[in-house]
Amino acid sequence: MPLLLAYSLRNLYVRKLTNLLTATGMALVVFVYAAVLMLDSGLKQTLVATGEDTNVIFVRRSAEVEIQSLIDRRQARIIESQPEVVIGAEGAPLVSKESAVLISRPRRGGKQASNVLVRGVGPAALAVRPQVRLAEGRMFRPGSNEIVIGRALAGRFEDVEIGSSLRFAHREWKIVGRFDAGGSGFDSEIWGDSEQLMQSFRRDFFSSVTVRLADRSSFDTLKARLEADPRLTIEAKRERIFYEEQSRLLSGFIQMLGITLSVMFSLGAVIGATITMYAAVASRMMEVGVLRALGFRRSRILVAFLVEALLLALVGWVVGLSFASLMMQVKISTLNWTSLSELAFRFVLTPEIVLRSLVFALVMGFLGGFLPAVRAARMKIVDALRVA
Amino acid sequence: MTVLRVSDAPTGEDVLIALSDVSKSYRRGGQIVPVLSKLTFDIRRKEFLALMGPSGSGKSTLLNLIAGIDSPDHGSIEVGGEDITLLPEADLADWRAANVGFIFQFYNLMPVLTALENVELPLTLTSLGRRDRRDRAQLALSLVGLSDRVKHLPSELSGGQQQRVAIARAIVTDPTMLVADEPTGDLDRQSAEEVLEIMQRLNRDLGKTIVMVTHDRRAAARARRIMHLEKGDLSYLVEQRLE
Repeated sequence: MPLLLAYSLRNLYVRKLTNLLTATGMALVVFVYAAVLMLDSGLKQTLVATGEDTNVIFVRRSAEVEIQSLIDRRQARIIESQPEVVIGAEGAPLVSKESAVLISRPRRGGKQASNVLVRGVGPAALAVRPQVRLAEGRMFRPGSNEIVIGRALAGRFEDVEIGSSLRFAHREWKIVGRFDAGGSGFDSEIWGDSEQLMQSFRRDFFSSVTVRLADRSSFDTLKARLEADPRLTIEAKRERIFYEEQSRLLSGFIQMLGITLSVMFSLGAVIGATITMYAAVASRMMEVGVLRALGFRRSRILVAFLVEALLLALVGWVVGLSFASLMMQVKISTLNWTSLSELAFRFVLTPEIVLRSLVFALVMGFLGGFLPAVRAARMKIVDALRVA
Repeated sequence: MTVLRVSDAPTGEDVLIALSDVSKSYRRGGQIVPVLSKLTFDIRRKEFLALMGPSGSGKSTLLNLIAGIDSPDHGSIEVGGEDITLLPEADLADWRAANVGFIFQFYNLMPVLTALENVELPLTLTSLGRRDRRDRAQLALSLVGLSDRVKHLPSELSGGQQQRVAIARAIVTDPTMLVADEPTGDLDRQSAEEVLEIMQRLNRDLGKTIVMVTHDRRAAARARRIMHLEKGDLSYLVEQRLE
């Protein structure tokens, strides 16, 4: 190890209590910063995973979410008859004509009620969305009042478990299975037969139509043709983009809150680091004087103290990020402000967050160490030596 | 004002350090306090010069100027023909690294580094590789009789041993001159004698030019010349013949 680096490291060790406290302050900020980014990335990942690039979702023009959208049966038939739609093994096009309705259910543990999205799906729903598979029980029978629940719902709402019944839309609905949608937004939904659900909810229109393309590059042609069709007042979006857009409002809020909190906390941490580094410089004035006398340039003194502050920040980063990574075990469920339904997701640590939090910690260290390092570098040698 | 030029002296030995018209004052509480006034004198190559004088006479200031860690208000200081007062800050740092070895009263070793690392420290400014640096530091420590203390931290060494580590650090880059500010001021008699013995050997055997500030007459007795300063001016110069 280079001698000067060893010198900086050992000096950090000598004042270990003060430095540990300073690093802890930085660790706390890194924790908050990383946790917020992880939350945001979890939200995005969940919603992005909900959509598939080969799927196209059709909703009424200018409807941001399915519950605002209406597509009548005639329009749905036009969409499913398009040549770009892939034909399934049973000879029928892979299309899911769906209705989406919000119901309010009490959350388990006497908490307030929250919205759950009930999705009526067509027979080809599972073929259109290969990421969704049955995990327990069985699929609902078409034409029956049976429903299946997403895995994220189980345990979070009263009576939402296999074998029990839910009452909504003037009918009793029996839960016969639980599906796993691979951590996507569908995991927070209830699925049933779309015709049955539409009847119960007294509607005669779908909310959306999702089709699977034979060739994903045919999206633009299909979109252009159908959006220009005067019989249709619809908008086509790649399914992935559609769900990704649903994360924007909540994601924007999480990011703003996170950045505000992080900046406020980091001010405290930077001031803490500055005080610590000023104390380090003050207690080592003689050493600075000697180094300068021996021929070390001002710039090397500056770098030596900055390196110390950066090492301090590095310790804070490692500790903060380690604790933040434990958050991956935590599952969050909150209302998605765009779809207005409850959405469950996890804290997700990505390489980008690791890198961003590292840069954040190093910037804190740099800002905290800069003024003390400048002071050390600008010290007159004779004044510094006189302290000894 | 005192002018003492080697060229005036019958010996005619070559000059290493030539001070011309050097003045230095400090600002203290809004007042300007003159410390050195228009000092002109030479120090010969391979000289062992002791600077003596009462406190506040300017001897440490003079030492700092010669060593290039302070700059005069007026005048020039030529070392080996180069006027160091004209060097920019960074070049002056490089010049010190190559030409000056420092020995301080309180040793001023880095407390977190071992004896060997303390001695190696100035070599990190050279182009030497790690192994060569270690070898040189070992050699310097053996010259001061501390080969068996390389792994010790300064806090594990006696005052005399620490000062010997400081001497090893001062000579490890093989500088032209050594400057010592009260090198025995913090030592007991025996340690002081050991340190002075080493310094005398460095001067005699290795030809190092040494400028030493001291209050101690016995320390000064080891030098070839003693220069007395009084209120920022040279009062007299004693030439000594050493056995």
